[in-house]
Amino acid sequence: MKASLKILIVEPSDIIMEGLVHILDEVAMFNVLPPLHDAANLQERVAVLQPDLLIINPTIITAKTDFPNPVSQVALVYQYVEPAVVSQYDAVIDIRENKSRVVSILREFSSTRQVEIETAGNYELSEREAEILVEIANGLSSKEIANKLNISVHTVNTHRKNITHKTGIKSLAGLGVYAMLHDLMKG
Amino acid sequence: MDRFFSRKMKLSDLVEYNHNLILMLPCMGISLGFGDKSVEDVCAMYDIPVDFFLLVSNVYTFDDFVIDRNTIEQTDMRCLISYLLAAHRLYLVDRIPHIEMHLHHIADRVEEKYGNILKKFFDEYKTEVNNHFEYEEKQVFPYLKKLQEGESDNSYRISSFVHVHSNIEDKLDDLKQIIYKYLPGNILPQESIELVFDILRLSSDLQKHAIIEDRVLIPYVEILEKRVK
Repeated sequence: MKASLKILIVEPSDIIMEGLVHILDEVAMFNVLPPLHDAANLQERVAVLQPDLLIINPTIITAKTDFPNPVSQVALVYQYVEPAVVSQYDAVIDIRENKSRVVSILREFSSTRQVEIETAGNYELSEREAEILVEIANGLSSKEIANKLNISVHTVNTHRKNITHKTGIKSLAGLGVYAMLHDLMKG
Repeated sequence: MDRFFSRKMKLSDLVEYNHNLILMLPCMGISLGFGDKSVEDVCAMYDIPVDFFLLVSNVYTFDDFVIDRNTIEQTDMRCLISYLLAAHRLYLVDRIPHIEMHLHHIADRVEEKYGNILKKFFDEYKTEVNNHFEYEEKQVFPYLKKLQEGESDNSYRISSFVHVHSNIEDKLDDLKQIIYKYLPGNILPQESIELVFDILRLSSDLQKHAIIEDRVLIPYVEILEKRVK
């Protein structure tokens, strides 16, 4: 439920980079991370820093990169870049934009952020979920459960996701303990 | 670099900023009672490379502290193995048995069949942690030691290091939730709350430990592998 937006800039030019950092630093909601000059450590930094937004000079990275965690990517354009490359980005900042326009383009990305804590909703396991949980606790694989209950593996996996979502328990052994504590197991 | 810890700062200020560091100091071999000395003075007293100490302290404290190849290449890593070993001992000899004792205490107060499940769950967790540490101590550390001494060893590659951290973390997290959500609330409430806190502390400490292994130990061995080849 953080209101701030973590921004990572990847830009080879010091003049441009420092100018942009200067502009963004004035905005309280922007948390500007130490910028990068090139894409050498980009994957690792994104994994560690978990930025919400990348501002990238598209001449450094020709194709839009995939990251393990979701991050919006904005192109910072000041020379000719193929339209096909630019269109891969979530937004574009042109170097000739004025300050407030730059800020408002970036601000857009904060409103779309999800609230991290959801409302409780329905947390009771359904009969089907309880049935599947028991089979998981008995050590059956998704495929075996699917065969036994005559449903698809995909359906079993969906139930498993819902069970973990409702209980917060992730490990197989933990689910076993949950099933026993709730007297779902026979014998 | 003012956002992170540096050598001229007072060690006590670091601990004030992040209390968790107090668990990390003994693994570095630093005893309490260091007065108002600077980080670099205390490190010199105990013969710990100050850049290594700062690397670990910063990882422990700042989620956005980035470790790049250069930092790893330039850091004096001669204490890395002894530090990781000391941390393993702290978990196995001190923290985990402490948690186990309180867990058993609570498990003995619930219906026997439930109590036994809890104990079994924790036993499995312990075995997993043990196996993970043992693998590192028997495979990875001796291999690293050879590389540090400039010897090549073709019997092993760090790329086969198995990442089992996440499963170990999941189990500890599950245990915490089971205790505070699903056990009857009237059983030793005070001890249960303390146990949850102990687990949280161990869990966050193990997470930092895993970061040090993934982002310092593994890349460092990779660098040495290239150098020694």
